[in-house]
Amino acid sequence: MAKFQPLTTAINENLFSGSFVVFEGFTHLIPYAAAHEAIRSGITNLTLARMTPDVIYDQMIGMGMVRKLIFSYAGNPGVGLLRRLRDAVENEWPRPLVIEEHSHAAMANSYEAAASNLPLAILRGYQGAGLKGMNANIKSIECPFTGETLAAVPALRPDVAVIHAQKADSKGNVLVEGIIGVQKQAVLSAKKAIVTVEEIVPELNTHPNACIIPSWAITSISVVPGGAHPSYTQGYYERDNSSYLEWDRISSDRNTFKDWMRKNVLEQGQEAFNERVEHLRD
Amino acid sequence: MNYSSYEIMVVSAARLLKNDDVCFVGIGAPSAACNLAKLTNAPDITLIYESGTIGTAPDVLPLSIGDGELCSTALTTVSGVEMFNYWLQGGRITVGFLGAAQLDRFGNINTTVIGNYEKPKVRLPGGGGAPEIASHSKQVYIIMKQSPRSFVNKIDFFTSYGFGNGYNERSEKGIQTKGPQLLVTDMAIWKPDPTTKEFEVVALNPGVTRDAMQKSVGWPIRYSERLDENTPPTKLELEVLRDLQERTRMAHSKTGNSGQ
Repeated sequence: MAKFQPLTTAINENLFSGSFVVFEGFTHLIPYAAAHEAIRSGITNLTLARMTPDVIYDQMIGMGMVRKLIFSYAGNPGVGLLRRLRDAVENEWPRPLVIEEHSHAAMANSYEAAASNLPLAILRGYQGAGLKGMNANIKSIECPFTGETLAAVPALRPDVAVIHAQKADSKGNVLVEGIIGVQKQAVLSAKKAIVTVEEIVPELNTHPNACIIPSWAITSISVVPGGAHPSYTQGYYERDNSSYLEWDRISSDRNTFKDWMRKNVLEQGQEAFNERVEHLRD
Repeated sequence: MNYSSYEIMVVSAARLLKNDDVCFVGIGAPSAACNLAKLTNAPDITLIYESGTIGTAPDVLPLSIGDGELCSTALTTVSGVEMFNYWLQGGRITVGFLGAAQLDRFGNINTTVIGNYEKPKVRLPGGGGAPEIASHSKQVYIIMKQSPRSFVNKIDFFTSYGFGNGYNERSEKGIQTKGPQLLVTDMAIWKPDPTTKEFEVVALNPGVTRDAMQKSVGWPIRYSERLDENTPPTKLELEVLRDLQERTRMAHSKTGNSGQ
């Protein structure tokens, strides 16, 4: 059964230096508050994976806590490039970053394979694509029935998956709604799962096919209103598009970045998130 | 009515979309073209964004591929696994839209790196869904502005495959879809030659010279024997597009608090 815990406890009990962690979310429901707590905890040498590492991974990479990144699209959605990630890849600042790059289809399938307890995922993918020659974890496999050559990638099995969701019921069953990405697969692919939610309600009161993650598949739940900001939580508050635009400027200079991180992350707590979404609530 | 080269690009792409198309839409010009088509010549077109939103009808253009507007106006929203496996790999997409940092004459696309992969001069975002959009969509449409920096003789990295070196290379690799069938730019409309698969210009935008064309493209341009002049945007097309962009601007400036 999931334990209801303060976010600091959830992070400190489950994330360690050297851990393989995924903070998933496809533009929607990105677990910013949990990631900021991880930054404040001082852990380092993380391996991170995510289909769409955006601003939050840019922040973690710029803070020097990431050793390796597994990803399929590393951009600031709708804005442009990730400047801290670029600095790490192009100039090894603040440290070298090992990258393992896939396509979205392959990464989605590698989560699915791990959640299904399979060693690999098979897809008709990477046809003619250059990544096949650059990433040793993209291999070919022959279909034993048709002889067709298909792409194979290993299952993605993180130590910890971290997601943000709308709500949990009083037993710790979690409802994820809207653009659900690969959050369910990510939770079920990991050894442990941390979920932050907007609120706890007595009953989820939803329909039979809703995307619900049962309490017994989750390690820890923390209530953090606004915990996805500047991403959004459907039904609670909108995406703060101007913050994403602003990040392009903040991240373009190493000192501006460090200053911003000190003021807005290191010297803040999770309670700041609720205020940040006040003007974005419906 | 006066119009910009961006406007004629978006309008030209929108005109070529049909009611029975199922489009895998990208952010930027493709999104503008698809939504303009939905508001004008193809009201029943199906728009899919890779965040999992199927049959979406946003009132404003999304800033990101996963804006809430896409989900709340969609027929249904599915998981990432379902999106890429059932709908894309399953062969349900008639038109996949792609953009590029670098494009070559055979429709091969680079959005990964400028320079060497291991030690890049510029690390770009990478492919995302594009490698499989390129191979699984029945056809690929490319919308982008012409410039010598992006229309290059040789791309630095094969993020998404078009026709490789041309001729039958694509089908010999076992890829069964048609590949890039249309390239719409701010200056012209291009289509692949049926035999060589090299893009050739089939229509020039009004006022665009061959000299200006060649200055913006890094390979010797081939022109179709039946070269047309593109039709300028109509008053209605421009009004609908400008309304859409104004609504979009208003919506995205609403969230004004820049600090986190």
